[in-house]
Amino acid sequence: MRVLNDNVRKLFPLINGKDIAYLDNGATTQKPKSVLAAVDDYYKAHNANPLRGIYELSVEATDIYENARQAVADFIGAQSSDEIIFTRNTSESMNLVAYSYGRSRIKAGDEIIVSVAEHHSNILPWKMIAEEKGATLKFFDCGTDGKLEPDRLREIVSEKTAIIAITQVSNVIGRINDIKEMARIAHSVGAVIVADGAQSVAHIQVDVKELDVDFFAFSGHKMYAPMGIGVLYGKRKFLEEMPPFMYGGEMIESVTKDRTIYADIPHKFEAGTVNAGAAAGLKAAIDFIHEYGFEQIVARENALSAIAVEGMSEIPHVEIIGSQKACHHHGIVAFRVEGVHPHDVAQIFADEGVCVRAGHHCAEPLHRHLAELSGIKATPSTRLSIAMYNTEGEIKRFLEVLSEIRGRMGIK
Amino acid sequence: MSNTLYNEIINEHNLRPYHKQAPAESDLKLEGVNPSCGDVITLYLKTDGDVITDGGYEGDGCAISQASADIMLDMIIGKSKDEALHLSDLFMRMIKEGISEEEKDELMEAGILESVSHMPARVKCAVLGWRTMREMLGA
Repeated sequence: MRVLNDNVRKLFPLINGKDIAYLDNGATTQKPKSVLAAVDDYYKAHNANPLRGIYELSVEATDIYENARQAVADFIGAQSSDEIIFTRNTSESMNLVAYSYGRSRIKAGDEIIVSVAEHHSNILPWKMIAEEKGATLKFFDCGTDGKLEPDRLREIVSEKTAIIAITQVSNVIGRINDIKEMARIAHSVGAVIVADGAQSVAHIQVDVKELDVDFFAFSGHKMYAPMGIGVLYGKRKFLEEMPPFMYGGEMIESVTKDRTIYADIPHKFEAGTVNAGAAAGLKAAIDFIHEYGFEQIVARENALSAIAVEGMSEIPHVEIIGSQKACHHHGIVAFRVEGVHPHDVAQIFADEGVCVRAGHHCAEPLHRHLAELSGIKATPSTRLSIAMYNTEGEIKRFLEVLSEIRGRMGIK
Repeated sequence: MSNTLYNEIINEHNLRPYHKQAPAESDLKLEGVNPSCGDVITLYLKTDGDVITDGGYEGDGCAISQASADIMLDMIIGKSKDEALHLSDLFMRMIKEGISEEEKDELMEAGILESVSHMPARVKCAVLGWRTMREMLGA
């Protein structure tokens, strides 16, 4: 186990010794040397088309790819690596569930429940299926502090509920949702639960068996791995019965003119040449996280969150969205500066070398819902999001710029 | 690192715009939207034959989009439609490919938005008003 302190930055070439405060980790994280080296090594020493060739290189490429799958299974506590499907990202994983499971199972009159705090990638695929099948899309609302109450979910589910799609950690307000309880509620009415782990897997320990989720999706690039590799976990009993999502090479057992036998899971869902190099990087990212362990990661990120939230609440005209308590934020804090548009806020931060995100963060329903609850006009926000390599110095720099923003915009 | 975008002129036009209301009378009205970030303006012009005699806008958006529209109205009120379109050509070219110093002089205050040309995410904000005006005048 390595000790987690500011030295961890030295392992990230893009930020090491550079004068930027990278605080947009909810969008994507930077990559450690070990991840870059794993991708490099794959292409320099082992590259061939996995799962196909007879020769040694192809066997190596296959081993690397399948070892990565096993590493992912262990990382999230899946029963077996067959339950891990590689995709490009969370959005693709959600689309896979919607197109494959949703299209074959949802009937007219069914209900699909999504929380109001979802990222658009966990709303739009369900909206598409609901419209196509004549099902109803229902929203599960949160309170002003952003909390999604299981009791509220219990009130809105029914025998008609077929799918419940919920994020484990909100990408806007940073709340951790009680997925385990929500899974219990889903199962009590015979529905499946699809959890979005994009903002959770790099920051808290996830155990899909413990949560008892039916599907769980996340992206590699938000957990120190390369872009272009994502994961869908699904319980074996569902994956085996689901039709393929995409059709093509290496997802079939045999094809004749009139008959196709599909490959077993997980390959049934991985048509075409896969991203083995990025999978090698994802395994290296998992190893990197394990080197420090979640106990240290959670402690460090929560401590930084607390400095940010407490500092922000002391700055006049700054409004934190969702809970005002630091312990509810888990490294993600969206905020508004009164009288200044978020694009201008982010621009001023950018001019000072502080990278933050502005807009609706692909979660417009949540912005509108929270605004309605507070009786204000729905407006976008600016977001700070923390990773394990951020430092107290960066948060202080963020706070200093934040306190100067209105002045810079000429507001007295 | 320096802050070049939010100078006094931009801040002033954003906080205390001269033209941010519909004029008493207008014969042209068009809404312009920047779908990527949600900036919206509604532009109003009053014309007398070929001359733009009055104008105003209503809107919601970042300082760059709003100030740019305000500066534009300062410049085109009292000008002919052709002159207004010529200024918008210059403005668009300034943002997209660059213009000469003499051309920049013609753009007066709007010339300070030149630095936006290096900020891909802000280009749409800066040109929103100008783009809407061009469409309105049928260019």
